[in-house]
Amino acid sequence: MSDAMRAETVMIPGAGGEEIEVYLAQPLDRQGVGGVVVIHHMPGYDEGTKEITRKFAYHGYLAICPNLYWREAPGADPDDAAATARASGGVPDERLVGDVGGAAAYLRSLPTSNGKVATIGYCSGGRQSFLAACSLALDAAVDCYGAFVVAAPPEGALASVRPVVGLAGTLSCPLLGLFGAEDQFPTPAEVGELEKVLAEHGKTFEFHVYEDAGHAFFNTSRTSYRAEAANDGWERIFDFFGRYLAG
Amino acid sequence: MCTYQTTTIAVRGSGKGASGWFALHDATVYLDHPVHAAGDHTLNIDLRNPARGPAARVAFELDPASARALAHAIVEALDAAPAALAGDGGEG
Repeated sequence: MSDAMRAETVMIPGAGGEEIEVYLAQPLDRQGVGGVVVIHHMPGYDEGTKEITRKFAYHGYLAICPNLYWREAPGADPDDAAATARASGGVPDERLVGDVGGAAAYLRSLPTSNGKVATIGYCSGGRQSFLAACSLALDAAVDCYGAFVVAAPPEGALASVRPVVGLAGTLSCPLLGLFGAEDQFPTPAEVGELEKVLAEHGKTFEFHVYEDAGHAFFNTSRTSYRAEAANDGWERIFDFFGRYLAG
Repeated sequence: MCTYQTTTIAVRGSGKGASGWFALHDATVYLDHPVHAAGDHTLNIDLRNPARGPAARVAFELDPASARALAHAIVEALDAAPAALAGDGGEG
């Protein structure tokens, strides 16, 4: 493990070459390491997500979290930014892909990078991680309980959220999916459907559905937190990245 | 789950936020994850003035039962008031 790290806010080119704010965490005593783009959940670019970003640096990875709401609410508190983005219809998929692409390119440009990059996202970020992996050349992707990958959202949902399972044929990398058996969004049936589609396309994937866990089981600040599922999930994430992000 | 369902309506009035009173222009209502309240899902209301920036927001996160009780209380207050006070335009 890397005890020494540098974690800070920097500006990088995102979608369309526009500068966006990101949180970057780098281990200071490693060379030739893989990178992880952390896609924040809908409540925003917040303290919890920055902790997750630092966790990856602690485990020896370059890690970056783009502020997906930077254009709507530059400099705003995370919850105000999330509310503004929600009222505006959410983050457009095309822009998300551009921002993640910019973040991946930035990681690859760092002198300690081995050129390999993964995405990981939770909840809305899970769907976006899948979307990014189908749209960009990545080395690994993790989808933590992303809703509406397979199923359409109910009426009245944000305009930016549409199923993306139709992109499965262009998944560029191995995919790790972590889900809760008690989750309704996505349901185990939807998870099964995604597995079926990925298998039909001959993709490499590993899915785990945890009993006694529902949505947001990784989130330590909510009653949905499930320690057993989260601890096992983290082990699987680092095993997965150890295999696919190694130099 | 993130529900993504969001209702936005235009409103007229004032709200008091972190920096004091300001005019309100719209309200966003959604049942989704809270930022501060306990529980996995709350009824969240953002009363906003977008022209004044993201921080011009009065935010509520209520458990669903409290939100229903509040909704009833709002309607009861309006119904109990003289029509001239509680009609469109908010004269009073």
